[in-house]
Amino acid sequence: MSEAGYNFAYLDEPTKRMIRRAILKGLAIPGYQVPFASREMPMPYGWGTGGVQVTAATLVPEDTLKVIDQGADDTTNAVSIRRFFQRVAGVATTTRTAQASVIQTRHRIPETPLAEGQILVYQVPIPEPLRFLEPSETETRKMHALEEYGLMHVRLYEDIARHGAIATAYAYPVQVEGRYVMDPSPIPKFDNPKLKSAAIQLFGAGREQRIYALPPHTRVVSLDFEDHPFDPAKADAPCALCGATGAYLDEVVVDDAGGRLFVCSDTDYCETRRAEGRVGAAAE
Amino acid sequence: MGAVTQAGAVGAAAMVAEAAGADGLGTGGPGTGGPGTHGGDRPLLSAERLTKRYGGRIGCGDVSFELWRGEVLGIVGESGSGKSTLLSCLSGHLAPDTGRVLYDAGDGSVDTLALAEAERRRLMRTDWAFVHQNPRDGLRMGVSAGGNVGERLMGTGARHYGNIRAAALDWLARVEIAPDRIDDRPSAFSGGMQQRLQIARNLVTGPRLVLMDEPTGGLDVSVQARLLDLVRGLVREMGLSAIVVTHDLAVVRLLADRLMVMKDGHVVEQGLTDQVLDDPQHAHTQLLVSSVLQV
Repeated sequence: MSEAGYNFAYLDEPTKRMIRRAILKGLAIPGYQVPFASREMPMPYGWGTGGVQVTAATLVPEDTLKVIDQGADDTTNAVSIRRFFQRVAGVATTTRTAQASVIQTRHRIPETPLAEGQILVYQVPIPEPLRFLEPSETETRKMHALEEYGLMHVRLYEDIARHGAIATAYAYPVQVEGRYVMDPSPIPKFDNPKLKSAAIQLFGAGREQRIYALPPHTRVVSLDFEDHPFDPAKADAPCALCGATGAYLDEVVVDDAGGRLFVCSDTDYCETRRAEGRVGAAAE
Repeated sequence: MGAVTQAGAVGAAAMVAEAAGADGLGTGGPGTGGPGTHGGDRPLLSAERLTKRYGGRIGCGDVSFELWRGEVLGIVGESGSGKSTLLSCLSGHLAPDTGRVLYDAGDGSVDTLALAEAERRRLMRTDWAFVHQNPRDGLRMGVSAGGNVGERLMGTGARHYGNIRAAALDWLARVEIAPDRIDDRPSAFSGGMQQRLQIARNLVTGPRLVLMDEPTGGLDVSVQARLLDLVRGLVREMGLSAIVVTHDLAVVRLLADRLMVMKDGHVVEQGLTDQVLDDPQHAHTQLLVSSVLQV
């Protein structure tokens, strides 16, 4: 049951229609940033106002919602947003990736491969990949329109010149279907290969008032040089709790003596594996 | 320095060119191009009756000229005479009210002002180059020297880091910047080095036409001399055509084959550089020439 006095999913219907139009346009032009009239939400900018508006416009009463923050279901941001939609939309919620129909995420893509019919909603702080190379928004929009993306490679060149390798580790720029260069939001570059997915991926930037999208199975290529190809870095150690080797790991400091533990950042993935009886070195 | 000793050589070249141009006024013709000329029976760039007004005032009025392959054209005049307006109209930074700018790279002439923006910008970063007076306008100050030189290459599709870096090193050497400065940012460079870096950044794609706006402005004289020496060498070596806007008559004396003098937006006199400077006909040119300080 949703809270009395609120429209379903908090936003009024005309606003949801406006956002849905932006989403549809974004899906029609993958990677293109569609401007939309971002609303004030009952949370500060930077806490996921864009993602929340996209989720609100996407939700239907039959949906099951999952919210993650850096892969975890139990962090403040994820818990607040999940509870928010429980109250204003009355939708079912879950922490299981496979059971969710809409997943709102901050900075991660779930490890479990997404299926057709699922929608992944990203919270985006800065949608413009060229922002720190070209400060003028007029100019960057022109560069997108004319497909002038040489500057993006200047940034990667600088990385190699200074660090010997492409040091960009998150928000790694991608090119969508050979056309638009897109900021995949600050996901680790480890997640970049998962951008090619069976699910619909929607990106909402509330403060910047932009929505963009990737339809299912869109071709997404991470930018690189021929002699310095893209490398989605992988952790050297398996997860200490569930023993997973192909997952993105968080470093946890466990004592004052420099002891540390590497565990899956995707809590649902880790719990599912442990429930199946797999154990890592620290859990034995 | 070299600049001083080579002044005589350019004078001689201009004399040869003058002998070749039968009319002596040098209003055009393949012969006036000097030793760098590659021939061709059509001009590389022709401006036809360019006019730009700022409200009721004239920025530049009814300017027509032709630039041939391998030729360096100087445009001089005092502040406010319309030289920078003219250069902005030519480069597409400003849209003139009337007139055409035709560019012929050898495969038929195109009206650069009527081109779609995408094509005009592609032309700007491949075949054309623009050297700003202030290197800060032409360089990315937050990007290393190598990145600055490589940007045009990456903008035209280069995707091999090793090749881009090799091209950058080659060009830094050609403009006399030490190879170990390749990863330094331009903000750590002196004014003269920044200007040389800007030139390298512009010439790396092998353009045919270079537009320069006061390239030596704000540099002290010995640095100026070296820069002029360098530019002259590159122009000759690469067979570049160039348009140099300046108020410094000594600069055009060294660089330009042909000279246009502007006043109040109009061209008042044009001809071979040495001829105009040694025997100025128009009262305003006479004033300009006689105003040069003697050391």
